[in-house]
Parts: sequence; structure tokens; C-alpha cells
Amino acid sequence: MARNAAKDRRRGAGAVYPHRVLPFAFMLPELAVVAVFFLWPSGQAVVESVRESNAFGLGSRFSGLANFRAALSGGYLQALEVTALFTIVTTVVSLALSLFIAVQVEQTGRFKSVYRTLFIWSYAVPGAVAGAIWLFLFEPRIGPAARLLGALGVNWNFALSGTQAFILISAMTIWQQTAYDFVFFSAGLQGIPLDVVEAATVDGAGAVRRFWRIVFPLLGPTTVFVVVMDVLAALFGSFAVIDVVSQGGPGGSTTTLVYALYRDGFQNGDVGLAGAETVLLFVIAGILLAVQFRVINRRVHYS
Amino acid sequence: MHMSKAHINRRKLTGAVASIGFLAAACGNSASTAKSAGSTTGSTSATTASAAQASSSGPIDLSVWTAFNGVLGTAFNHLVDEFNASQSTYHVTAAYKGSYSQVLSDTIAAFRAHAAPDITQIFDAGTATIMDASGTYVPVYKLMAQNNIPFSTSDFVGGAASYYETSSDQLDSLPFNSSTPVLFYNKTELANAGITSPPSTWTQLQADANILASHGQKCSLTSSGAYVMWTDMEQFAVWNGYPYASNDNGYTATKGVTLQIDTAPFISHLSMLGQMASKGQYIWNGVSTSTVPLFTNGTCAMYEQSSADLTTIQAGAKFPFGVSELPVVAGDSAAPQNTVVGGASLWVMSGAPSNTYPGDAKFLAFLKSASSQAFWASNTGYVPVTKAGATLLSSQNFYATHPNDQVAVSELDNKTPTPTTRGIRLGYLPEVRQVEASAIADILSGKQTAAAALATAQSKGDAILAQFASQYGG
Repeated sequence: MARNAAKDRRRGAGAVYPHRVLPFAFMLPELAVVAVFFLWPSGQAVVESVRESNAFGLGSRFSGLANFRAALSGGYLQALEVTALFTIVTTVVSLALSLFIAVQVEQTGRFKSVYRTLFIWSYAVPGAVAGAIWLFLFEPRIGPAARLLGALGVNWNFALSGTQAFILISAMTIWQQTAYDFVFFSAGLQGIPLDVVEAATVDGAGAVRRFWRIVFPLLGPTTVFVVVMDVLAALFGSFAVIDVVSQGGPGGSTTTLVYALYRDGFQNGDVGLAGAETVLLFVIAGILLAVQFRVINRRVHYS
Repeated sequence: MHMSKAHINRRKLTGAVASIGFLAAACGNSASTAKSAGSTTGSTSATTASAAQASSSGPIDLSVWTAFNGVLGTAFNHLVDEFNASQSTYHVTAAYKGSYSQVLSDTIAAFRAHAAPDITQIFDAGTATIMDASGTYVPVYKLMAQNNIPFSTSDFVGGAASYYETSSDQLDSLPFNSSTPVLFYNKTELANAGITSPPSTWTQLQADANILASHGQKCSLTSSGAYVMWTDMEQFAVWNGYPYASNDNGYTATKGVTLQIDTAPFISHLSMLGQMASKGQYIWNGVSTSTVPLFTNGTCAMYEQSSADLTTIQAGAKFPFGVSELPVVAGDSAAPQNTVVGGASLWVMSGAPSNTYPGDAKFLAFLKSASSQAFWASNTGYVPVTKAGATLLSSQNFYATHPNDQVAVSELDNKTPTPTTRGIRLGYLPEVRQVEASAIADILSGKQTAAAALATAQSKGDAILAQFASQYGG
């Protein structure tokens, strides 16, 4: 198939489309979306990152790398630290938890579909709504969960304690991300050929050994996908939850790179600084994903 | 009413882009913004921005963005309706845009996207941010002069005028909703503990807190949720006569201004609150948690909060409460000095079609009128900002029958402001407040001592002020 298509392309006319322009016409809406919502704003961010202006955009002038210096000397390093810890914690825990739940659910009999629906449920809740619900539960002194923690002797006040705020935000993200990962692990588990597992059972391999030697390696492609998605969710998707629950506080303990960018660019009107932070975030995300694909892909077998 | 469709759609569309595209709207095309704004600075010459509006036959629409909701929204909408009913040339539509900070950031994003409202409400802390960005607004005193409407800085009560006026004593914006923090106290709880009058000094307040605790009232004080740095740092400074920043709190310079919060008065005040917090006698739960319920449901017996919340507290409290002046630092001979207004002023944005400006002037003149001011002050906890408004209220015996409303006025007028107590005029002050809120959270949770937290806040704050000076200075 692929060879034929290539041949068609070489012949010029193309078998599917009679005209050269037509395929591009079909691609135009997608290209327009990419241009308007990705290329243009990204380009603007790069331009703004080397300029300095007041909040209203007046008096704009070239400022070299001043914004980058300001970014790297301010709260950005703390945000980098917070983001790194947040990404690692949420990715590892979501991954382990969702894999464990998926394996358990796969082994249940009659109520499999019920369990599946229940475990996927939390992903259907939008971030802002989830934030509002958790805020209601954990509101210091008022929320039911906060009172329960109080009764257990925990001095719960995430509005003042940075550690508690970080735990709360991480827990919410894990709660949502586990559901998402669960969907893919469930699908992945169903794709594992039963005969291979049965053969191993006949050879005398125990459940744990079967899982680590057969099931987990065969889930490789799924795991790569899930890790990438979890990292992206931690880097970019956590915004709504943070904005609703902690606004990056207290003391910057839940200010991730994206939240710092929002605060500096939108709340504080420092577009140049936000531009520099955007460029830095681009670079960081790019490097991270490139490394993930190179390193992990080498160890994964796509069959 | 008949806003032209083209006009609505343009604003809606840009609004949508502003909220969806992260940097798309904020980055905008700054060069062309500067050009179009510059052409209308100080004059009301025509722009081609919205020819559609000019050609429509109905009344000319004016948009006003505010942070008024709830009781305040109702009172403000009442004034807007009254203005709309009083004439047919203009139609004002007020839009609630969220918190003060949101109104400021929305205004900035909208201005950059060429979709600014005609009039916007900028809160006290945002004053320098817009005032120093000349070209983004039409100064109100000039607008009034162009439209032959009598307008003078001396029409306003001292505290409101001195807070908002420029170095040449002019008003670039219309001071509007102005309040000042006061001490609310739960009469029942204080009486139960045998305390006959609310504390007038912080030393006394601490003693009272211990008495209240021994009578089973664990928490004796809470402060404004979102604006604790306003009540316990900014207003604390002026009320007790301490400088908050160099160069007369930023009124006499932009470059080289530094904070003076890493000093003994602030350190001892915040460490006192920290000590009270460790015993549960003082509660504050971060900038995003309202503290109003803590007072109205009886958790805390006293409450440092803006006088503007008087009506909200009246609606929520099931017990008799009183209002008194903020406590002062015991032994400070200068205290009490004066508090300053907090709240917001109204700014006329540049770049709108020329036929809207006479309407802006008329609407602002209506809001400034004695009757509007009297209505506004008597239906909210705000103080009248004009002398005529205050006189009208007094002649209606308002303060004689509403002693709780009197306290804010007395604090503002307690003494003639000194150069360091007229107000606080710092660029990016909202950002400085975020830094201070972090420091306060650290102090109250016991993570850091007041001295260490304020030293950090001072250096972070100074970096923010330097950033502002570099962006606005040249």
C-alpha cells in the first residue's frame, strides 16, 4: 500500500486527488488552527521575550536578554523545582496506581464494566469543577475532609501550609490522571494474548513473575504513551486545579512553571517576562519529551 | 440599547481570543496600540476604530467595567439605571468583571486587543500601574474641561483627593468607591467576657484576647481575607504614622523607590499576629478565603475589615455588633494619624470613538453629584468622596442615625495627612501585595519568623519596584 502511494506521488498526479491544490485545501483548516493558535502566539512570545514594555504594551523597546535574566533570578527557579517534584510525584503515583487498579479490575468477573466506569469517572470531571469540589471538601476548618483530618490530629490548613497545599494539588492531579491512565492500561491489558500468559502458567511461572516478565513488557507502548501524557498533564494541564484551589500559594509552594507564566503575564501584566518564561518552558518541555522518546523507545517493543 | 451588532461582535470575539489564546491577546500588536492610543491622548479626536457605532441611530453605548457584585452591584446598577433614565443620548452598561485584580488584568488585555471598555474601575493598588502608562487613558480633569463640566480636585474630601491626585494636584481618574478599614466587634462576645469597650491599642487587644479565650471565645481577631496586607501593613503604616516606602511612599519618585517594611514596627506587629495565630486567637486563611464568615458566624469576636463590608456584615451577623477605630500601637505618640482610602477610581480609556467621550464626562459628573454620592454612601459602607456629598449626608442626619458609618469618616479625617501618610503610590503594588501575603502566610503558619519573612518580602518587593521603574521609566 505504502509503496503504491509513494509511486503515485512520484508520478505527480496522484491517484486519490486529481489536483495538486486540493489536498492543501483540505489541510487548510487544520493549518489555520495551528497557525493562529500555535505559531502566531509562539512567535509573539519569542518577540516579547526580548522586549520590555509597560503593562499596557506602550513604550515597547528591545531589552536583549534582560527578561531571561529576570526570570532566572526571580521566583522562576522555585517554580522549576516545584514543577519537577510535582511532575515526578504525579506521574509515578498515577502510573503505579492506575496499572494496579487496571490489573485488579481485569481479573474481576461479573462487575468488570461497572468497575471500569467507576474508575474512569473522575476523568470526566473538568479540572475547574474538580478543584471546586476538592476545595469544598478540604476548605480549612469548614470542609468535611478538613474536619476529619482535624479530628485525626492533623493541623490542616493548606491556605497557610505550603506542604499541605502541594500534597492537595498533587492528590487532585493524581485522582484525575489515574482515571485517564486506567483507560489506556485497561485497553492495553485486553490486547495481551491469553495464550502467552497461559503458556507461562503451564511452565510454572507465578502471578507476580507472569506480570513482570510478560504483561508489563507487553504493555510497553501503552506505558510510554501514558508517561508522556502524564508529564504533559503535570506541566501544562494542572493550571485549572491550581487556579481554583491555591492560586499558586502559599509562598509559591504550588506555583508551577505554567502558573508562574500566567501570574507574571496576565495578573501582573509583565508580558516580556512571561514571554521569556514561555520560551524557557518550550525548551524544557521539548528536551524532556525528546529524551523520553529516545530513551524509553529503545527499551520498548512494538509488536 | 441599540448597540450596533458589528461593535458587539468585535468585542465578543476579541474577548474570546483574549481568554482562550494564552499569549495571543496579551501580546497583541503593541506597536499599533501605541499609535492608536497616542492619537487620542488628551484629546477626543476621532479614531476609525468603530465607525459602525457612530452611524447607529440609537443612544450611544458606553461600557463600564467594575468589580461590584452582590449588594454593591445592586447599588451601582441603581445609579447606572438612574443615569440612563435621566437622558436619552447615552446608554451605560455596567459589567461585573470579577475581583479588582481581574478588572485590572482584563482591562490591560482588552486594551492590548483594542477592545477596552469606555470606563474601567482600577483599584487603589493599581493606580500607579495605569497612571504612569500615559496614553492608555484620557485624564478626567482634562475630559471635564473639554466638556465644560466644572471639576476641581478641591471638590473632593481630603483623603480621596490626596490618595489619587498627580504630582501637579490633578485627578487623572474619578475617585469613586472609597472605604477604609475599621474594627468590627461582636458586642455579645465582648459583653460575655466582661469587656466594656473595644480595644484602642494592640496591647489592649492582646489582653482582651486572653480574657476572651478564658471565657471560651478562642479566636478574638481575624482580618480581611484578600487584603490582609492592606489592613495590617499599608493602613497599619499610615494609621500609626510609619513610612511604608521611601520617597514619601512612592509619591515623589518612580526610580529608586524601596520598601520600608523590613523595619521594627512591621516586624513587631506581624510577630504579634503570629503569636496570636499560634494560640488560635487570630485566624487568617490565605488570600483566596473570605474571612467574613469567621466574624458573622461568631468564630472570631473582632474583625479588621473594610468599612465597605458593613452592609455584607449587617446582612450576615445574627448578633449585635459595633464598629470602632482600628487599634494603634501603644506608646506611639504620632498615632492615631489618619487612614487612607482604599477602593477604586474610575478611568476613561483612550482609543474609543470620539462621540463617546462627552457621554463619559456626563456619566462621571453624574456619579460625582452630591445626590449620587449620598445614595452610594448610604446604601454601602463606602464614604462619600465629595465634600458636597458629605454635606448632603450630614444634612440628612445620616451619621447621627448610623454611627457605624461614621467611624470610617473619622479615621480618614483624624489628622491632616503627612507626606508619608497621604497614601501609597507604588508601581506593581498588586504584585508587592502577593509577596507580602506569602510572608504573612509563612509568619502565621510558624514557618518563618516575622523578621526573616519580612526581609525576604522586602528584597522581593524591591526587585518588583525596580522592574516597574525600568519598564515605565524610559
